[in-house]
Amino acid sequence: MAFLDYAPAPESTSILNLRDEYRLFIGGEWVAGGGTPFASVSPSTERQIATFASADEGDVDAAVRAARTAFEQVWGPMSGRDRGKYLFRIARILQERARELAVAETVDNGKPIRETRDADVPLVAQWFFHCAGWADKLDHVGLGARPRPHGVAAQVIPWNFPLLMLAWKVAPALAAGNTVVLKPAETTPLTAMLFAEVCEQAGLPAGVVNLVTGAGETGAALVRHPGVDKVAFTGSTAVGREIAKAVAGTDKKLTLELGGKGANIVFDDAPLDQAIEGIVDGIFFNQGQVCCAGSRLLVQESVHDEVMDRLKERMATLRVGDPLDKNTDVGAINSSEQLERITRLVAQGAAEGGDVWSPACELPAEGYWFAPTVITGVEASSTVAREEIFGPVLSVLTFRTPDEAIAKANNTPYGLSAGIWSDKGSRVLAVADKLRAGVVWTNTFNKFDPASPFGGYKESGYGREGGVQGMQAYLKAGER
Amino acid sequence: MTTTTKTTTRLDVPKTYKLFIGGAFPRSESGRVTEVRDPKGAFVANVARASRKDARDAVRAARKAQAGWASATAYNRGQVLYRVAEVLEGRKAQFVDELVRTEGLKPARAQEQVEAAIDLWVWHAGWTDKIAQVGGSANPVAGPYFNISVPEPTGVVAVVAPQQQGLLGLTSVVAPALVTGNAVVVVPAASSPLVAISLSEVLATSDLPGGVVNVLTGDPAELAPWLASHADVNALDLTGAGDLDWVELEQAAAETLKRVVRPEPGLAPETPQRILALTETKTVWHTKSRL
Repeated sequence: MAFLDYAPAPESTSILNLRDEYRLFIGGEWVAGGGTPFASVSPSTERQIATFASADEGDVDAAVRAARTAFEQVWGPMSGRDRGKYLFRIARILQERARELAVAETVDNGKPIRETRDADVPLVAQWFFHCAGWADKLDHVGLGARPRPHGVAAQVIPWNFPLLMLAWKVAPALAAGNTVVLKPAETTPLTAMLFAEVCEQAGLPAGVVNLVTGAGETGAALVRHPGVDKVAFTGSTAVGREIAKAVAGTDKKLTLELGGKGANIVFDDAPLDQAIEGIVDGIFFNQGQVCCAGSRLLVQESVHDEVMDRLKERMATLRVGDPLDKNTDVGAINSSEQLERITRLVAQGAAEGGDVWSPACELPAEGYWFAPTVITGVEASSTVAREEIFGPVLSVLTFRTPDEAIAKANNTPYGLSAGIWSDKGSRVLAVADKLRAGVVWTNTFNKFDPASPFGGYKESGYGREGGVQGMQAYLKAGER
Repeated sequence: MTTTTKTTTRLDVPKTYKLFIGGAFPRSESGRVTEVRDPKGAFVANVARASRKDARDAVRAARKAQAGWASATAYNRGQVLYRVAEVLEGRKAQFVDELVRTEGLKPARAQEQVEAAIDLWVWHAGWTDKIAQVGGSANPVAGPYFNISVPEPTGVVAVVAPQQQGLLGLTSVVAPALVTGNAVVVVPAASSPLVAISLSEVLATSDLPGGVVNVLTGDPAELAPWLASHADVNALDLTGAGDLDWVELEQAAAETLKRVVRPEPGLAPETPQRILALTETKTVWHTKSRL
């Protein structure tokens, strides 16, 4: 070990008390699934964590029925105050079990413990705490007096923030008085199972939260089920499109949080130290597997060389490796499929004339890894400037004027996030006005809060999660 | 025309009812017209019957005009919408006459509809500088950030207007889209095209920038699919599409993830939610420096 190197500082997995096999959580019971069970492997070791039941159409039907019964008999009639108290209990138990949940998430997802411990899990608890307080204040969400829940919410979530996406979906739904059937992602079902245990500890009435694990077919069966009143999906634009088609012509309400190709715009007067950190956080947080990642860096031509020099210098200090190590900055890619996709798109970026650069870093032999990568000389028409890569890959474009930056930033079918780096407040506000993106971070990036609405323009989906706007998605106006 | 030369020796000068695209009144590029007759069967007009090409031209005009309309101040947008009501009021008799001739209404009923439409324009005019306060928020996030959310127009909205009460129906879908700064391509009620084009004349003389509203008289069943599948349309308002195969339209809209307002009674009119349905919430995080 050389001077200033870090000794390994692995977080212990002894706090985990996992089962070998997890079943479906339906109507408060753990039941076997009709499909063939599947395994979840740890992306950093490729070792199996546990097996999970696969829900078939019959299981989905049972889950929707359980949710309906709970909605009609228990959760719907319950006072907002009591619903809120259950959610407060859940928030507290999540805090109590935070370390365990962080370790489990890191093991299952591959993201660094630094992130699960400091971002994912604290936000999960905060989300429940925030929504808990809404439960008895629904008259004030802006839909008039006595707004009503939709009923049964079908929720399908992605693998990039497994427990956090669960919280974004479940907390507002329950606060509004809906019951839920949630399908975790196939590669990251573990923390949802632990969440079921949290619900049990909180004494949440049976059937209020139902969890069906499985692959895409399980999700498709869930969103198509006629007993569902509300569908909420976070994931790819391609799947979002299919879901929008599937619910067309029904009475189901739909919110979609889909892909992105966020522009991170650096002006020549930006505070560069912060901007470099923001660029790094924007694209390497969670290995870039973030729908709102700042995956397109738009840097003003006059500071391009300086920004790139400093960015590369900073990237060389990123520690890639064991996600359980507390010093790790960049963990494992979630699956071999995702790794293949990233690899293919970066190769295409190179083939189309991009200059691909990564710092020298030793990647572990086992697991799925991709070194932090930056591609310069990217044209607006390049594949790597247009397609969502969903990996630790930054595409760099340049601009001369604010108008050019805005035009390039908006030149995408997506519209989820954007960043602006400049010390000039009036310019920041003017540029933020012109960006067609649902979340704009100025002199910061990748910040989330349950009080702050999140969601996209255009093909990044519709509806918002978080804040009063997020609550509205789970309610309809009372009888007029 | 209906009042030919029975009571006067003067010969009427009938109007040619054309489309309204980009602030101009072109004929349909297809050269097609639909003959309109009054309830007694007398010839009234040959109304332009818009085609796919006209629909595409209208979307292009709307896209071109949208950013400018959205960047007008809310106060300014409010005055323009109020101006629409003023001009409409001054031309009430013309609209009553057209409704009598196309919808077969008694003059008193027609007048009620025109007045309700005028009042609805006034109602919406008053919303432009308030809707952001109702639909937006200052967000108390856990960190040193100034964080606000504001509703912004979704962009270009394609609309199938209600098929009854032509003028009121058209107003009830166009006005809420305009409040926040959207541009509109609308297919008015097939049964009352005259008021749609006359309303276009009102819009054209009310300082509404050309292209912000585009009116395609014609067959909704023919035009709606092109609008539903057009990639540069952000939202599809199917309020008046209940009699069409609107499920197919919603599916076509899903291809580019358009926001969809389902057919009546989808969204209650005259509510802020009706206006906010055609908006996007933008949330901006501003860093606060540490002192």
